[in-house]
Amino acid sequence: MDIALRNIVKKQLLWISLAAISMFFASMLSAFIVEKADVGNWKEFILPNYFVLSTGVIILSSLVLFFIKPQLKKEKSIFGLVFTVLILGILFSYFQIKGWQQLTNQGIYLTGVGSNISGSFLYILTLTHLLHLVGGIVGLCISTIKSKQNLYSINNYLGLELTAIYWHFLTVLWVVLFAFLKFY
Amino acid sequence: MSEHHKENFITKYIFSMDHKMIAKQFLLTGMFMAVVGMLMSAIFRVQLANPGETSVLYNLLPSAWLNDAGGLNPDKYLALVTMHGTILVFWVLTAGLSGTFANFLIPLQIGARDMASGFLNMLSYWFFFIATVVLMSSLFVESGPASGGWTIYPPLSALPQAIPGSGTGMTLWLISITLFVVGSLLGGLNYIVTILNLRTIGMTMKRLPLTVWALLITAILGVLSFPVLLSCGLLLVFDRSFGTSFYLSDIIINGEVLHNEGGSPILFEHLFWFLGHPEVYIILLPALGIVSEVIAVNSRKPIFGYKAMVGALLLIAFLSFIVWGHHMFMTGMNPFLGSVFTFTTLLIAIPSAVKVFNYLATLWRGNIRFTPAMLFAIGTVSAFITGGLTGIILGDSALDINVHDTYFVVGHFHIVMGLSAIYGMFAGVYHWFPKMYGRMMNKNLGYIHFWGTFICAYGVFFPMHFLGLAGLPRRYYSNSAFPMFDGLSDINALITFFALAGAVVQVIFLFNFFYSIFKGTKATQNPWKSNTLEWTTPIERIHGNWPGDLPVVKRWAYDYSKPGANEDFILQTEPLKEGEVEH
Repeated sequence: MDIALRNIVKKQLLWISLAAISMFFASMLSAFIVEKADVGNWKEFILPNYFVLSTGVIILSSLVLFFIKPQLKKEKSIFGLVFTVLILGILFSYFQIKGWQQLTNQGIYLTGVGSNISGSFLYILTLTHLLHLVGGIVGLCISTIKSKQNLYSINNYLGLELTAIYWHFLTVLWVVLFAFLKFY
Repeated sequence: MSEHHKENFITKYIFSMDHKMIAKQFLLTGMFMAVVGMLMSAIFRVQLANPGETSVLYNLLPSAWLNDAGGLNPDKYLALVTMHGTILVFWVLTAGLSGTFANFLIPLQIGARDMASGFLNMLSYWFFFIATVVLMSSLFVESGPASGGWTIYPPLSALPQAIPGSGTGMTLWLISITLFVVGSLLGGLNYIVTILNLRTIGMTMKRLPLTVWALLITAILGVLSFPVLLSCGLLLVFDRSFGTSFYLSDIIINGEVLHNEGGSPILFEHLFWFLGHPEVYIILLPALGIVSEVIAVNSRKPIFGYKAMVGALLLIAFLSFIVWGHHMFMTGMNPFLGSVFTFTTLLIAIPSAVKVFNYLATLWRGNIRFTPAMLFAIGTVSAFITGGLTGIILGDSALDINVHDTYFVVGHFHIVMGLSAIYGMFAGVYHWFPKMYGRMMNKNLGYIHFWGTFICAYGVFFPMHFLGLAGLPRRYYSNSAFPMFDGLSDINALITFFALAGAVVQVIFLFNFFYSIFKGTKATQNPWKSNTLEWTTPIERIHGNWPGDLPVVKRWAYDYSKPGANEDFILQTEPLKEGEVEH
């Protein structure tokens, strides 16, 4: 298999995986809708302020990624940009955890006697998103090291491109989740 | 992988990245699990034929030596039924069928050296293998394997203290199915990108054999539906292990009031059947793909309505995502919603009828060769029609509620899904055995196997419809407690007779299969005189499939008995003659 074809194959593998992940979250959101309609004791919650911050951070991280390709074209170092995205990713994770703290302060728990199914859904949705994000952070770590070693060029940056596609997907997914939890 | 390379024992037979070897691994594991699942069914059929008695056959199972002996009690009966369903649905008819033939046929029939990623392919099998080990290990735990049915409805699956099978056995079931789903997803991703990208020159989508079309659509179904099972299972794990209430509400066990509130087991059913119904077609479509190929080859005729066949596959796949509610007519569903699901379900009859019509039209006035593969392919069509007709009854909410959870349902799905798929699998094994092992299976043993299986299978599942119409519920350990069913005991005994006879007949197949691997007549290059690319590869297995350049495709796969041709088949690599029109 030649390199061009191999790159296409790898990208397709990623896109189809993203379709599968989308189905996972779509089913979770469907379950949320069904339960909210059915459950008599559904407890309304207020989304933590930290989730607003994390939304801003992850959108910013995706925007930074768009500057990488032009830098590569100019044959300039992309280390700073990739590292920034990595830091923003870690910051997003930190804000998510702080958000959960805020939720527990409100008396909204994942499980236990005081918990409610609405809160459980909130935790599960944000937790599974964060678990997927961990994969993205691993990818960003590898990309950061490689960019430090100047291993990427405009003709050879597939690994970074795949990480970027995955990261953009996580951004869109989070924005959808956030909007859903906020407004539904 | 462009050329054959040296392999050692480990890389050739165990951690192989050659799609053909991985296919054999799937096949052999699937066959092993089929034997296990079949033995389980034999044991519980003996129980059902002898109500009021305790079957000691159960004690023959190794797991009984670890558990307390003393025969088949109701708990163990439910465990056997659960494991039988799980094994047959997922391990045999999903991985055993799809895993085998997708791996074996996709690269060979599209003209590729291997799958897009040999490593992912290998990983897919090993996830499946570990899942198998975990599932089998649940037979040996003290409280027994999962026993809430293969659909693992909560609360039995969500509360470890509910019944013995809700404990460790259920945990192992969940672990194994998670590993299974991961393996299936890895495989499915690989099949899709391989078909989309690695087709050889000239192999346009319009020239793809219908086997490949069926396997492609099956893979898409799997990639889109298995993640839903994962999310369904994840919520279940949280309910089981972390005390959430997604599927639980208002439960009292042994006087203890559980804190769970607000959840609904019906939610589980929605999520489960969103995977569950596409799963029916994940099982069935590969078999239909195999049947398309085998019927065309052995009728010596082009497949009738190629485009309609592809269209029917696509339509069945699409509709399979919007019919899940027909499994839930008895859950208190809004009658209007029920009628919507009835409508979408009955729509599936249209593409299904198209396929059956096209099979029959292909057979019509064909120069039919009744090979064992062909007999099993025709058997698939037969079972698809028989089971499809009762599907119309079950798909209609007004009729379904009368026979819900009776043996009518058991008879229906075993025929339409189980028999159709397993016959398709047998057809595939008999047809491609020469390509897999370089030898032929014994034809006469194949005939005995087919007729024995065909008669016994109908003997088992056809009378079940009458049991169901008489109201006999499924999953009951013993029906002797209900005098109204006393008159049905003879039918139950008859079914058990056919089940045991059918199991014995499978020994003939197993003997034929393993004997032929070593002692069968050596196969020629193209023993069935087929058109497709796999028959242009050397008889001796090489990694990379073709020793030189990849073949170039010049025509579709179904030029059989074409007027003006020298023979009644034309390989896909043969150029069109001057003035010849491609189908």
